[in-house]
Amino acid sequence: MTATADPPREAFRLGMLLSDTRYRSITIQIIVLALVVLGFAWLVDNTIRNLEQLGKGFSFAFLWAQSNYDINQKLIAYDSTSTHARAAAVGILNTLLLAVLGCATATIIGILAGVLRLSRNWLVGRLMTVYVEGFRNVPLLLWILLIAAAVNETLPPPSAFRGENATAQMLWGSVALTNRGFYIPEPMFSRSLGDLSVFGLFNISLDFMAILGALIAGIWASARVGDWATRRQFETGVRPAVFWPRLGLVVLPPLAVLVALGFHLVPPELRGFNFRGGIHMRDSLIAMWVALSLYTGAFIAEIVRGGILAVPHGQTEAAYSLGLGPTLTMRLVILPQALRVIIPPLISQYLNLTKNSSLAIAVGYMDVTGTLGGITLNQTGREMECLLLLMAFYLIVSLTISAVMNAYNQRVKLKER
Amino acid sequence: MRKITVLAATAAIGLGAAAQAATLEEVKARGQLNCGVATGVPGFAFTDASGEWDGFDVAVCRAVAAAVLGDPKAVKFVPTTGKTRFTALASGEVDMLSRNTTWTFSRDVDLKFDFVGINYYDGQGFMVRKDLGVTSAKELDGATVCIQTGTTTELNLADFFRINNMSYEPVPIETNAEAQQKYLANACDVYTTDASGLAATRATFEDAANHIILPEIISKEPLGPLVRHGDNEWGDIVRWTLNALIAAEELGITSANVMEMAKAPTSNPEINRMLGTEGNLGAMMGLDKDWAARAIAAVGNYGEIFERYIGEKTPIGLPRGLNAQWTQGGLMYSPPFR
Repeated sequence: MTATADPPREAFRLGMLLSDTRYRSITIQIIVLALVVLGFAWLVDNTIRNLEQLGKGFSFAFLWAQSNYDINQKLIAYDSTSTHARAAAVGILNTLLLAVLGCATATIIGILAGVLRLSRNWLVGRLMTVYVEGFRNVPLLLWILLIAAAVNETLPPPSAFRGENATAQMLWGSVALTNRGFYIPEPMFSRSLGDLSVFGLFNISLDFMAILGALIAGIWASARVGDWATRRQFETGVRPAVFWPRLGLVVLPPLAVLVALGFHLVPPELRGFNFRGGIHMRDSLIAMWVALSLYTGAFIAEIVRGGILAVPHGQTEAAYSLGLGPTLTMRLVILPQALRVIIPPLISQYLNLTKNSSLAIAVGYMDVTGTLGGITLNQTGREMECLLLLMAFYLIVSLTISAVMNAYNQRVKLKER
Repeated sequence: MRKITVLAATAAIGLGAAAQAATLEEVKARGQLNCGVATGVPGFAFTDASGEWDGFDVAVCRAVAAAVLGDPKAVKFVPTTGKTRFTALASGEVDMLSRNTTWTFSRDVDLKFDFVGINYYDGQGFMVRKDLGVTSAKELDGATVCIQTGTTTELNLADFFRINNMSYEPVPIETNAEAQQKYLANACDVYTTDASGLAATRATFEDAANHIILPEIISKEPLGPLVRHGDNEWGDIVRWTLNALIAAEELGITSANVMEMAKAPTSNPEINRMLGTEGNLGAMMGLDKDWAARAIAAVGNYGEIFERYIGEKTPIGLPRGLNAQWTQGGLMYSPPFR
């Protein structure tokens, strides 16, 4: 029941694609899209032709050929008779190990440094400023090389631990810090459950799974107790003291499993050229881990500081006036609001750390860039295939990290109703 | 980093037109030879005090440049690591590689390269500190071994330890210089590479006498220059330039007397054919008739090159051994210039 009639529809003319603003943007988008598709097609076509001219087909069959090379750090069984695909898997696990270790320590360092940089203590604040600025403003590669060189040149070689008048001593008789890395005691089980072979591809330690299972069960039970305490608090107004029972529920089940499995530590011992037994944290792993953690930690520190400063001071004052103490204010008022600001940039720092781990080849850490993108690429001459696989791997890892962190962000962000 | 070379070269495969055939025309048009060499191995490829590239492998590049372009200095040297060298050659970034590279079946056939000859017969050896008390490579069970990654030595090493039922801890290294630093810091017990490379590296140590090269040679490493597969004309030029250097020693042609001999025919017809005073071999491969004379004048014959850079009078002090002329009990043997 409109009073005004629609204006007469103008017949569509070809010229309107450019002259009419209703169509122009669509026209431009279609043209650009066509150009992009053409560009890609040209790239792919050109690549295939050039590879053909070089006499190289495009095939991933090389992945199933015997690799013929050894890798020092391997989390799954591997030797020089394994396939290139398995070598790539060893590299992938090494990359993921470094990424997980690095993200964990970088977060801890970052939060500590970020909070301490806000400290009213002049010395502490300045020290943290020096740390943040020093690490943020020097290329990561230099830090990696510096730390690797420091480990190699300053720590004693394993031979220094030998003989009557050894110049180096093991710490507590069980930890050896050498220039080839750190040797630490290895956890062993005298009543081990053995390993579970997954499709014959790799083994999962059942001992580890049992401990993990007990821990998860404990945390779940502890959370239930917490819920119960909250309900009681709502009903009666008094929160029952459940800290110690909850702690016990988390700690005791894994402890019981450890005792049942006969847990003990086996220290490394010097035999032949090197220490044998124990866990060998190689100099390359240490250099990468420390450098990545400190470097990314400096960025995270700034993010944390920014997040805390982003919460208006009025929030603190309001909390105080309600009678909350500083700790509770931090936990219940400041941190939840700061997290909303912190999480998104934190995601990109985790991504950066994971991608930066590909610098590992500089110190000979055999990550996926070192195995698939290094030795395999070189020995098989399959540059295109290897690099495509590598890019796909980093893409998948990065997208996974993003997805997980975004899900977490959904939980903590401001609930809009 | 070095990774970038691989990436760039791979991108070049995608973006650029692959350099095929007609490398000779390209080099001539450019007025410069692009030659891939090592990043630095004493005696074999190094930069001298004035920053000029020099060495046993570098001399081959200079000889080819002299033969093709008439100027041994018309070379752009591209330092490559064990990892980047093949991509650099395959993508056309360099026209030839002359950098202690082992001739193997898969490199020749699968990687699509052509090895044009052998300029050094080598084998893989092990270097250890004397105070370890090791006298044989069979005693290296459990040792930490520094190894240049992306090389045949990496594969030989894995085979050697597996066959002998020994374990080891490989420490992958990119360049000779890094390996030297790690080895000297005692971050590895053993450094393994071609025996010539070990001798060359040891020669630069302050305490060279405290390091020994173990007697075992665990592989055959025929090292030689290589080009891309598919441009046979260019391959011929590099092959016969190398052969000319080797034949020159056999025939007694040196950098000192080559210009004299090239002026007028001598009594030896093979010398005449090679130096262009009889027939015209050069024209058959698209060069002028003085090509070989220029190459020899620029760098000397094979024996002169050997003695100048790695021979017994140099700090590296390698004996001729397998690399003597076939007439002296060695393996250096050029096919006839006919």
